[in-house]
Amino acid sequence: MLWDALTRPDLWAATLAMATPIALPALGGTFSERSGVVNIAMEGIMLIGAFFGVLFSYYTNSAWLGLLGALLMGALISALFAYVTINLGADQVIVGMGVNIFAAGLTAFLLNTIFGYGGTPRETPALPNLTIPGLRDIPFVGPVLGSQNVVVYLMLILVVASHYFLFHTNLGLRIRAVGENPQAADTAGINVWRLRYLGVIIGGMLSSLGGVYLALGLLNSFEVNMSGGRGYIALAAMIFGKWTPFGSLGAALLFGFATALSLALQGGGVSSNIIQMLPYALTILALTGLVGRSTAPAADGIPYNPNK
Amino acid sequence: MQKTLEGLLTPFVAIVIAVLIGAVVMLVTGHNPLTAYGALFSGAFGSTINLSNTLANAIPLILSGLGVAIAFKAGLFNIGAEGQYWIGSMATVWIGYSVHGLPPILHISLSVLAGMLAAGLWAGIIPGLAKAFVGAHEVITTMMMSYIAIFLSHYMLENGPMMQPGFTPQSPVILPSATLGKIVERTQLSWGLFIAVGACIIVYWLLFKTTMGYRLRAVGLNARAANYAGINVPFHLVLALFISGMLAGLAGAVQMLGVQHRLYDSFSSGYGFTAIVVALLANNNPFGVILASIFFASLSTGGQSMQLVSGVPAHLTDVISGIIIFLVATKDIVQLVQKRWRKPQTLATVKEA
Repeated sequence: MLWDALTRPDLWAATLAMATPIALPALGGTFSERSGVVNIAMEGIMLIGAFFGVLFSYYTNSAWLGLLGALLMGALISALFAYVTINLGADQVIVGMGVNIFAAGLTAFLLNTIFGYGGTPRETPALPNLTIPGLRDIPFVGPVLGSQNVVVYLMLILVVASHYFLFHTNLGLRIRAVGENPQAADTAGINVWRLRYLGVIIGGMLSSLGGVYLALGLLNSFEVNMSGGRGYIALAAMIFGKWTPFGSLGAALLFGFATALSLALQGGGVSSNIIQMLPYALTILALTGLVGRSTAPAADGIPYNPNK
Repeated sequence: MQKTLEGLLTPFVAIVIAVLIGAVVMLVTGHNPLTAYGALFSGAFGSTINLSNTLANAIPLILSGLGVAIAFKAGLFNIGAEGQYWIGSMATVWIGYSVHGLPPILHISLSVLAGMLAAGLWAGIIPGLAKAFVGAHEVITTMMMSYIAIFLSHYMLENGPMMQPGFTPQSPVILPSATLGKIVERTQLSWGLFIAVGACIIVYWLLFKTTMGYRLRAVGLNARAANYAGINVPFHLVLALFISGMLAGLAGAVQMLGVQHRLYDSFSSGYGFTAIVVALLANNNPFGVILASIFFASLSTGGQSMQLVSGVPAHLTDVISGIIIFLVATKDIVQLVQKRWRKPQTLATVKEA
């Protein structure tokens, strides 16, 4: 039963599809926290992305404009989050919680106000699936990687690009410096607040893209609370991935695999609920140092006041 | 007295601003805010039945909010009250239907104790010890434990050990000897209300009138200073999460024995997250928790009648809650508004003096 499931390519294709809406916000969280701002608002920002993606896609009749609109709204709510936490020095975890509750309420309220109580229109354009000609014909790899939604490929590119950006460019180095030791960065002439804004806003746009994938990639509709806790799982993936892009992707794949496997084994001997617990348990083990210690950026969560 | 008043002022100003923003949103979307808020108010408090249901909704919020508040007092952010609620519910229901032949007072006490203890250990052992000894952040560990708890409850109910024979994933009903009676018949209001209020009094006494409470607060204010003063910091961190979990478990226990009478398969009770909002709005004051819980309970019961009567979607109340957290967390904004109002007054008082 288990071996059967493991050798079927659709399990691995599903793993990748389920990992995408976790990997994107995890990547987003990585940017934010590398710059020193703890961000638990990914869940709410995903909902903003999902709802406005559908809204703009429906009214402009283009899923790509929907995606663009969603990214802008993701940037906007992140800028608000950044202002409150960076300029006003409010507690980042609490404001993040506020964003989540606010976004869940706002998107549900707007859904009912704009589209009524029957859900979003069926004729909303969705983002296409891509089929990669050469890749598609390779046995096993073809069905797994050859035909996925465009956002899945986008996610893979963004992971590589983020790694390059954070660890091999000057700007990336500065973002990390601000998250590790803002005083030293400030002394070296780096504008701490501006870089933290950058980290939070890039993070918000990535989280928003995760929401767009749920609403316009997998479906072409918005449902109340459709992020379903993935923003919180992304938080775990980010930590398990030690605040790195590749690590986040790896952890997201693990979570995606647990979900895909539990679906594939439904009705089998192993309880799917037990399988789904495992990634969370592993995250705790990672955090306690039993499975490769995860340590947060040193100044993560501490507001920086340049006048002190 | 002065301090208490100031403690009340910030949340009050935050609520007023949020309600006003809500009114603007209603106007923009073409609704009459007075009709809508009127419907909300009468839906929450307008009759004995409505008032009873609002108070009934407040009970689990009071108890889990109290749990979050006591952890905050010790400097810990217990974001996993939701999972602790589930663990408490599971243990309570299990004792509630499986132990036979006890008199009600014993059966109820035993079920409640089982729920509290299970949830307390759930929060205290793994997140507590991990925080105290390796510094693992409790926000993440309690959240992860929350998911594990919810999957555990699915496991128990979906063809698992606690499932009632049949096709519906739900537990058997608790025995009559474990059931908490109703204060008002045909509503959800049970004697659990007194348990909730009693818990607030006990937590207040514990925090402010005992050495243990003093030590917990000292750890919360400054763990290093507390350590120098000879307080066993790791022990008090574990203790704070243990008590916090016990209270969230008590919320589940009272909800099971007083309202639901059995465990249903579901993804979220929603109480765990609202509990955080309750604690924040109450500024972690045990009696403030009662007021804040009634406020949020009234938003949820009244929101439904608002939607029915005035057509304003009930989800607007969540928008209002979100704005309130924003404002309470951003004390600067609220204080700015307060200063604007108070300036002439302070000048006058200065002159008088």
